[in-house]
Amino acid sequence: MTSPIPDGVDCDLHPAVPHLTSLLPYLNDYWRDQVTTRGMTDLVSQSYPLNSPISARPDWRPAQGKPGSSLADMQAQAMDPFKVRYAICNPLYGVQMVFSEDMADAFCRALNDWLVKEWLDKDPRLRGSIVIPFQSVEKSVAEIERCAQDPRFVQVLMLVMGDMPLGKRAHWPIYAAAERLGLPVGVHAGSNYHNPPTSVGWGSYHIEDYVAQSQAFQTQLTSLIVEGVFARHPRLKMVMLESGFTWLPPYLWRLQKFWRGIRMETPWVDRAPLEIVRSHIRFSLQPIDAPPDPAVLNRLFDHMQSDELLLFSTDYPHWQFDGDAVLPEGMSRDLVRKIMIDNPLATYGRLRQSVLEEITP
Amino acid sequence: MNVQFRASPDRATATSVKTAIADCDIHPARATKDELYPYLAKRWHRHLEVYDKHPYQGMMEGPPYPKAQPNASRRDAYPPEGGPQGSSLSFMQQQHLDPNHVVLGVLNPLNTGQGLRNHDLSGAICSAINDWQIDKWTSRDRRLKGSIVVANEDGLAAAAEIRKRAGDANFVQVLLLSRNVEPLGQRRYWPIYAAAEEAGLPVGVHAFGFGGNPITASGWPSFYIEEMVGHSQCQQSALASIVLEGVFERHPKLKMIMIEAGFGWAPSLSWRLDKCWQRLKSEVPHLKRPPSEVIAEHIWWTTQPMEDPERRDHLFDVIDWVGWDKLLFATDYPHWDYDEPSRVLPAGVSDANREAFYLNNARKLYGLA
Repeated sequence: MTSPIPDGVDCDLHPAVPHLTSLLPYLNDYWRDQVTTRGMTDLVSQSYPLNSPISARPDWRPAQGKPGSSLADMQAQAMDPFKVRYAICNPLYGVQMVFSEDMADAFCRALNDWLVKEWLDKDPRLRGSIVIPFQSVEKSVAEIERCAQDPRFVQVLMLVMGDMPLGKRAHWPIYAAAERLGLPVGVHAGSNYHNPPTSVGWGSYHIEDYVAQSQAFQTQLTSLIVEGVFARHPRLKMVMLESGFTWLPPYLWRLQKFWRGIRMETPWVDRAPLEIVRSHIRFSLQPIDAPPDPAVLNRLFDHMQSDELLLFSTDYPHWQFDGDAVLPEGMSRDLVRKIMIDNPLATYGRLRQSVLEEITP
Repeated sequence: MNVQFRASPDRATATSVKTAIADCDIHPARATKDELYPYLAKRWHRHLEVYDKHPYQGMMEGPPYPKAQPNASRRDAYPPEGGPQGSSLSFMQQQHLDPNHVVLGVLNPLNTGQGLRNHDLSGAICSAINDWQIDKWTSRDRRLKGSIVVANEDGLAAAAEIRKRAGDANFVQVLLLSRNVEPLGQRRYWPIYAAAEEAGLPVGVHAFGFGGNPITASGWPSFYIEEMVGHSQCQQSALASIVLEGVFERHPKLKMIMIEAGFGWAPSLSWRLDKCWQRLKSEVPHLKRPPSEVIAEHIWWTTQPMEDPERRDHLFDVIDWVGWDKLLFATDYPHWDYDEPSRVLPAGVSDANREAFYLNNARKLYGLA
């Protein structure tokens, strides 16, 4: 086993909203009334059924309540054992699934306020992602600007499957706001289920939805790159969360080859896709879709041709690894330091600022 | 790809191919719109003139994402006698089959009856295409072998067409496309797999097709390049569906070929499937083995468009993981992203592996050894 080092950054943890009613204190009268009068149910996404083995590691599953709903558990099971300096909370509550942009907006605002009060205020190591109602670009920008005033929000959070591809020009004001405020845009596994969860239709099983996340990340990277998001926003960083990463090299070989062949279609893509990814895109460590053989994994790291792409993550409380084997066997000491400390700090400007403030006398 | 933008030291030392090869993805075309009429009942001539094909997409003519070149084909592949690229046997022989020493060419007709909303029309056109393949191609050049195209959304009609052609040496596989109304493991397609297994024919799944689903799980993208790259993600999801639904548990002798969708992603997808299956196997109790084992046993891969990493050791890693015995060389003639046989494999491959790659794997799979 490879040992983690202290003072790292865990870039993907999932605090759970106990129930929709937990958000009532953070909703205005109108939306409180809507939730209660209409008998609205809990917003649990098909992406993570509560009792699915993937949704919580067996020994992290609490006696009662949702996995990830207890701060004390998160501290004892993830933050303390891996001795992290910061832990970035990415709430996966299904607020994006509703079809009304007004309702999605109200729920996102409540969720972000809930995160501040129930989590960030209670442990100085915690940082948050701004969940946005991305079917409305205007409301998303307003929510980013509102939350960004709190420096503990360190990124914007979107889902990998939404109403339209992420690179589409309609989304660009979100990226402009994120770039202006120094916030990376995190793209997390999951769907609002406004489109079939695979590009060939609806499958039969939960396992198909989960496997398909990595295909969705591939198509989104294509969209972001070829639409020219990074030509327009040269300082923007995006982080693929719970995406897997072993698909990246062969995916890029193909994209790069076709880009060479038909770049006349998107002339604003003036750098090779591989270079764009190296400059702008990062990936969380877990899940690692590779065999346990360290020799194979080290070949895969070599295929990535960069040690700057990966950011340490536990994906707490999802079940991606057992015991304390969060880092795969055979990783070099240098790579561990890059993944746990250097790469996250290089990605998250607001964390870099916090570290500076902590160490400046 | 027939567009070269940089000199690659690896490619410069590539060994030229002077020996016999199999080309497992050739696209024959019709010279004229009515070339199929002799094989279609009169009723359908009139139907096509009035309503045309009514596919699962909006455009009456041509693809929704305009191709990079006319008919997505090489500009130098227009036959001298006229007609679109790939529509003349003699020119295909002269430009491709003879100079490249093709001893086995597998025809994969596109723009057939697949992906049509009217399933009767779909079946009629597919059957006509199969007759046309024999008449125009396979009976006139014994190097060429056809693919049985079937009404993909009508499993029973498709199975009947396969049984009708079973045992006919003009055909070496059943042809499906990757994008359909549902993921390919779904039950509506099971009769196709049963009939193919019974006939002892592999099922080729070629990238492309229309089934009404957006080509990303986040909706329709903007550009042709997104469609091109996106085919490999569609293929990944289609293959995951086939494995997770237990198609190979039900049909243990069935073999499938992933055509023109890449193979570099196969190891990563297999590892991801295995990891998820370890956690979630109670949801799919019909699947008895790790998905990676199922894929390794039942799936073959055509090579074009060839994986093209900057470093050849990365290519060799991936081929080692997929298996040198599972790759089938293909050019995609006459399409614009054609792979030139002599430039596909870098130097440093053993003779046995090179022969397997270019010819022997295909002969063995198609039973033509």
